[in-house]
Amino acid sequence: MKEFFTGKGIVGGGIVLLVLAVALLAPLLIPDTWATQMDMRSRLAGPSTTYLMGTDQLGRDLMFRMLLGAQTSIMIAGTAVLMSLVIGLPLGVISGYFGGWIDNVLMRLVDTLLAFPALLLALTISAVLGPNLTNTIIAIGIAFTPYLARIIRGEALRVAQMPYVEAARAVGTSDTWMIIRHILPNIMPPIIVQATISLAFAILAEAGLSFLGLGTQPPDASWGLMIQASRDYLDVAPWTALVPGAAVAITVLGLNMFGDVLRDVLDPRTK
Amino acid sequence: MTKPIVEIVGLRVGFGGAAAVKDVSFSIQPGETVCIVGESGSGKSVTSLSLMRLVEFGGGEILDGHLMFQRGDVTMDLVTADAATMQSIRGNEIGMIFQEPMTSLNPVFNIERQLTDGLLMHEPLSRSKARERALELLREVRIPEPERRLKQYPHELSGGMRQRVVIAIAMACRPRLLIADEPTTALDVTIQAEILALLNRLKREIGMAVMFITHDMAVVAQIADRVVVMYKGDVVETGPVAEIFAAPKAEYTRALLAAVPRLGDMAGQSAPEPLRLVGDTHDPKPLTPRATPEPLLEVRNLTTRFPVKGGVFRRTVAQVHAVEDVSFTVNKGETLSLVGESGCGKSSCGRSILRLVEATSGTVHLGGQNVLAQTKHELRGMRQHMQMIFQDPFASLNPYMRLQAQLTEPMQNYGLDNREERAAQLFDRVGLPRDFLRRFPHELSGGQRQRIAIARALAVSPGLIVADEAVSALDVSVQAQVLNLMMELQADLDISYLFISHDMAVVERVSHHVAVMYLGRIVEIGPRAAVFENPQHTYTKSLMQAVPIADPNQRKLDGDLAFKPIPSPIHPLDYQPHQSVYETVGLDHRVLVQAG
Repeated sequence: MKEFFTGKGIVGGGIVLLVLAVALLAPLLIPDTWATQMDMRSRLAGPSTTYLMGTDQLGRDLMFRMLLGAQTSIMIAGTAVLMSLVIGLPLGVISGYFGGWIDNVLMRLVDTLLAFPALLLALTISAVLGPNLTNTIIAIGIAFTPYLARIIRGEALRVAQMPYVEAARAVGTSDTWMIIRHILPNIMPPIIVQATISLAFAILAEAGLSFLGLGTQPPDASWGLMIQASRDYLDVAPWTALVPGAAVAITVLGLNMFGDVLRDVLDPRTK
Repeated sequence: MTKPIVEIVGLRVGFGGAAAVKDVSFSIQPGETVCIVGESGSGKSVTSLSLMRLVEFGGGEILDGHLMFQRGDVTMDLVTADAATMQSIRGNEIGMIFQEPMTSLNPVFNIERQLTDGLLMHEPLSRSKARERALELLREVRIPEPERRLKQYPHELSGGMRQRVVIAIAMACRPRLLIADEPTTALDVTIQAEILALLNRLKREIGMAVMFITHDMAVVAQIADRVVVMYKGDVVETGPVAEIFAAPKAEYTRALLAAVPRLGDMAGQSAPEPLRLVGDTHDPKPLTPRATPEPLLEVRNLTTRFPVKGGVFRRTVAQVHAVEDVSFTVNKGETLSLVGESGCGKSSCGRSILRLVEATSGTVHLGGQNVLAQTKHELRGMRQHMQMIFQDPFASLNPYMRLQAQLTEPMQNYGLDNREERAAQLFDRVGLPRDFLRRFPHELSGGQRQRIAIARALAVSPGLIVADEAVSALDVSVQAQVLNLMMELQADLDISYLFISHDMAVVERVSHHVAVMYLGRIVEIGPRAAVFENPQHTYTKSLMQAVPIADPNQRKLDGDLAFKPIPSPIHPLDYQPHQSVYETVGLDHRVLVQAG
């Protein structure tokens, strides 16, 4: 565990902890109204002592919206990515490891899903299921699954051809054990990296859905919704985009660093 | 003594903080072949790269010393030469040949372009003149049909031909020094013999000096005038080749030479015998086979073909006839070796027996049961009795599993008890300390890893172990230890080996019986002594002729050598191969009858 506490590990871990703390604690400590309270006299106001990070087009405090939006964004993105992992991992591993007709069938399915842009797919699913939080998560989760499944399949295929897998087969290891002991640990590093990147895209995907009225419903805040709302005011009030944008960027950066260090910690070769 | 063409004085090269070459001094006279020999990590390649000042491109740094190079009448120190000077020396006055003929040629240029590029850069020639020179060079390296080759691309040439082209490129500007870094290591033994003979002839005709880097003592014995032995970045011994082999002074050289199996060493011996290594106290005991041989593995008419897919619909358009009508028997407690060059089907044969690839037809009986007819479930049970050791000790162990887990896995698969205790015993058995049990594979050296691979194969107490090039990737001293361990285990545990190898000298050392494979078939099979001392098939004979012997008094690279190239094993779908018919030429000694 000592390897974790390098510069990168401390910063990455710190950011992840901070973001999680905000997502969990902000709704408990900050009253909802602080983020939905409109102040028509100070619309699009710059950062000041009253509004530390400025206000949006309706005169709402951006800092509180950002803090309160964290929970929605993190929960939707996190759960969606987790869901796409839960579906995509077995799909990809089975496809890559067994190959043959199983691979063909599963991958044609995935290809079909890949033919649609992820956002369009999420939009369709969300439109069919109806606009609420759970359905948004399901929509994003399904839309992201084919990308992860593809990457995981490629990795599984590569690892399945390694001599140590053949060696394990020669000592009578069953397929189940083979996947658990030999395939999974060896395909983890690229999956961790891909998952952290997917998180960033999931936050933005949620924004897209919200913008179209299918994700977070106003007046609730989410980072994606804030970014979407800011696009008309970029020239007069850039902070409306910068505040939620920085939140997304810092979260993704932290997750990336965390993922990197996690990968190194898990890899016995770097010890 | 004439002035040396190169004199290396006190060379020290570092990578990051570590010194790869500590203090190396030696010189090369015009027209002589100096072999730099050493095991991996000895710094032999770094030394040669430093001489070309190429080491800097790989992150190394020359920390100290001089590289005195004779240039015309002046002697200059290459350590202080500027980039422009080095560029005019590289490829012009010093030529270089690399190990891998597959990757040292640019795949997108034809042979003419590869040959003329260097010429045009260093000499004021017209395109047509350069082309003529290129043709001349191809003739010089004895490439058949040189006119046609000029227009071909690297992938259209065989490995041996590619290496000839690489040599032709290196020779293009008539360098006075040729650096050859393991130029034959990736090649088959017959091609190796051809290339070594070629280098020898060019050296004689042109009078250039050759700095030859190799790990193979047998190659050294065949071509060196003088030898520089390196160990961990230091020169441990320098001297004329005859002296080094007859009376090595350094302890390390003696150990190295003792570890090299020499073809012909076993003449007159009836049974395999471990090598006598420096420091061994007890006498190696020969592995005398039991009086009445008891068959364990019986392979009959084994045939394995792989489909070649092509076209839009990925249909099978042809077949690779990897193994064709192969039959042999391995007796209990004995070793049968499958020997042959790359692509002869020896590995496919071993894998087919273990059903790591599926055979097309034939039978494989192990202890009376037909392995090829078993269901997936039965096969899993069967694998307890047949195990495999793989070639690459770095790739055949899962990097994420502790060694203990890797050893207990097979036992767990077959529900054996006392797994941890048994794993510890296996560690004792293969000579590894028990505290390694908690380690990961990357913490071990190549030889230690191969011991783990052996221990894993032994974990379920199999009767048969298929060893596929099990020692080929190891340094020679480590190879000897692993071979001795395998023989010791055979003596103690009565294991049978199917030993797959390309190395004739190793095969001679370990085998009771030998089968020579060529184009998927066994062309000659018999007791080791019969096959090695009285080879009957032409292919066996050319193999024996091509193998370098680690004895400078038995040189055989005079004149040009040209062996028959191996034809392709790919045939159209309707191709009907003939049966293998054998003629008995001695007790148990059979030779494939030449057929159309």
